[in-house]
Amino acid sequence: MEVLNLLLGVEFWIATVRIATPLIFGTIGELLCERAGVLNLGIEGIMTIGALVGWAAVYQGANLWMGVLLAAAVGCLFGGLHSVLTVYLGLSQHVTGIGITLLSANLAYFFYRVLLPNATTPPKIQPFQPLPLPLLSDLPLIGSIFRQTALTYLAFAIVLLVAYWLYRTPIGLAVRMVGENPQAAEAQGISVYAVRSGAVMVGSGLMGIAGAFLTLSAFDSFFINLINGRGWICIALVVFASWQPFKALLGALLFAGFDALQLRLQQEIGAAIPYQVFLMLPYVLSIIALTVMSRRSGYPKALMVPFRRGER
Amino acid sequence: MMLERRQQVPVWLALLAPFSAITFALVLCIPLIAWGETPVLQSYGMMMQGAIGSRFALSETLSRATPLMYTGLAVAVAFQTKLWNIGAEGQFYLGAIAATLVGTGWLPLPGWLLIPIVLLAGGMAGGLLLLLSAWLKIRIQVDEVVTTLLLNFIVLLLVSYLVEGSLKDPSALGWPQALPIIEAATLPKLLGRMHWGLPIAILCAIGVWVLNRQLILGYRMRAIGLNLQASRFAGIPVNGVIWLTALLSGGLAGMGGVSEVAGLKGYLSLDLSPGFGYTGIIVAMLAQLHPIGVVFAAVFVAAIYVGADAMSRAANLPTYLADVIVSMSLLCMLISILFTQYRWRWR
Repeated sequence: MEVLNLLLGVEFWIATVRIATPLIFGTIGELLCERAGVLNLGIEGIMTIGALVGWAAVYQGANLWMGVLLAAAVGCLFGGLHSVLTVYLGLSQHVTGIGITLLSANLAYFFYRVLLPNATTPPKIQPFQPLPLPLLSDLPLIGSIFRQTALTYLAFAIVLLVAYWLYRTPIGLAVRMVGENPQAAEAQGISVYAVRSGAVMVGSGLMGIAGAFLTLSAFDSFFINLINGRGWICIALVVFASWQPFKALLGALLFAGFDALQLRLQQEIGAAIPYQVFLMLPYVLSIIALTVMSRRSGYPKALMVPFRRGER
Repeated sequence: MMLERRQQVPVWLALLAPFSAITFALVLCIPLIAWGETPVLQSYGMMMQGAIGSRFALSETLSRATPLMYTGLAVAVAFQTKLWNIGAEGQFYLGAIAATLVGTGWLPLPGWLLIPIVLLAGGMAGGLLLLLSAWLKIRIQVDEVVTTLLLNFIVLLLVSYLVEGSLKDPSALGWPQALPIIEAATLPKLLGRMHWGLPIAILCAIGVWVLNRQLILGYRMRAIGLNLQASRFAGIPVNGVIWLTALLSGGLAGMGGVSEVAGLKGYLSLDLSPGFGYTGIIVAMLAQLHPIGVVFAAVFVAAIYVGADAMSRAANLPTYLADVIVSMSLLCMLISILFTQYRWRWR
């Protein structure tokens, strides 16, 4: 009964949408990379450095949107590094991605400590305020779901945009083509290198925004281990979504719903079950989701296959 | 400009690769060091001094290298079979948990018997954890990268639960740490903070080398890594070999956890490993997955950590500098490996 009450409560739905936002950005970003045939394990670190750069810019007095923009730019930058190594040089995408994650996360922590050598409590910034949507937010019962911050609306818009872009534009076709059959794309006169690295850079920019959402909207400060595996969960969500944007949105919302429920149950049940069990649930859930979905998933055929011009 | 694959990688080039990678990484990190309060060259001097400048520094470096040898070997064994084990961190902690379960007193055995049992328990725990991911990979086609990564977080939360709950040391003044390992299960000390975990790690490296070069299983493992389809056609029992690889790789990482908890720290806590599992990937790549190379690469990486720690204290820089240098050298190493395998052709 209590669970039902929780599910019917408006706060639960607000929390679900809020928790889903960084996952939507991250999952769509990873999806773009993988549709172009490049696995980007740099996501965890790119989210971390996006979170830091966005927060640090605002902390130094920049506008909130400037922070988001800078986070996206840094994401693009590391995406560019990843694509130089994996697309142009054809290095192992697994190992390079882990390297990007380690490098960018540690750079973020390094600069955080350079910026604040002795801070015990992280300083706060003024984060994005909720922006009620006109008309929708006045609806009875569900109206308050539409009182999210601007970045959340942006996340939903990005899903629409990316879906349209992937399936209805020539560039989107080219992205899907280099992920499925780069040789055929090359024969069509498409530069596989350029399309792949473009997709990886745009995708990584979205990962940067995912991180910035956490420091500029969900929380109001940066701290060590802020991302805490959210990037890896996004990678699981891409598989869960069978590499399709709308399914990714659905997966992120579903996952966030479970997470929000878990947080509320934790408060309700309290000490009866150790809190670590609740904290484990998102990770366990991701593994279960992968197990259920993986057989049916139609992965991009050239995913993780490096392309070298003139080689078969 | 073209890349052309070399027929054979000359030994001198393979040996040169890690050195050039680390040198290049150190050069790339100059802008970060310039942030500190001492001149760059002097900083690097202090780093060298802090890593190998004294008996104490050397023993510190070697004791820091010990866990990296285990995780580096774990990653090397898995990667050469193209089993992407990114979960050495979790296997390391699960091994430490097993050591704590077995080695905190209820098993009243003499040391010569208890230490092997503790090592075996830790190895089994780590091996079984990776076996779960390998099983999911083979039977259900779930990507092992994601499952091993996610299991790291799950195991860490398990550790958090145990050190606050059933394994908590009541005499630790509320500090979340597990019961101490008893005297009989403790790996004897060698010099300074160095302990028997180090020679055991070197023995493991030699063991893996013998396995790779002299035994059929090792040959099969490498064959699968080179070409899965061809290995299957050649009649190699692919799934069985991958399962054994998983057991071995996870087992090595788990033994690393035992070595650290029963050799250095003496008790399990949440800060047992500052990312040894992830650094193991860097160690393995620097060694180009060669088991003997892992021993030297681990010492090299540990020297960077110990040296950079000393230097960043003196130059008033964040200690994350060491992590930045080491992860930078991973990316440089990947490029170096490319240069060893291919030659540039201008035309």
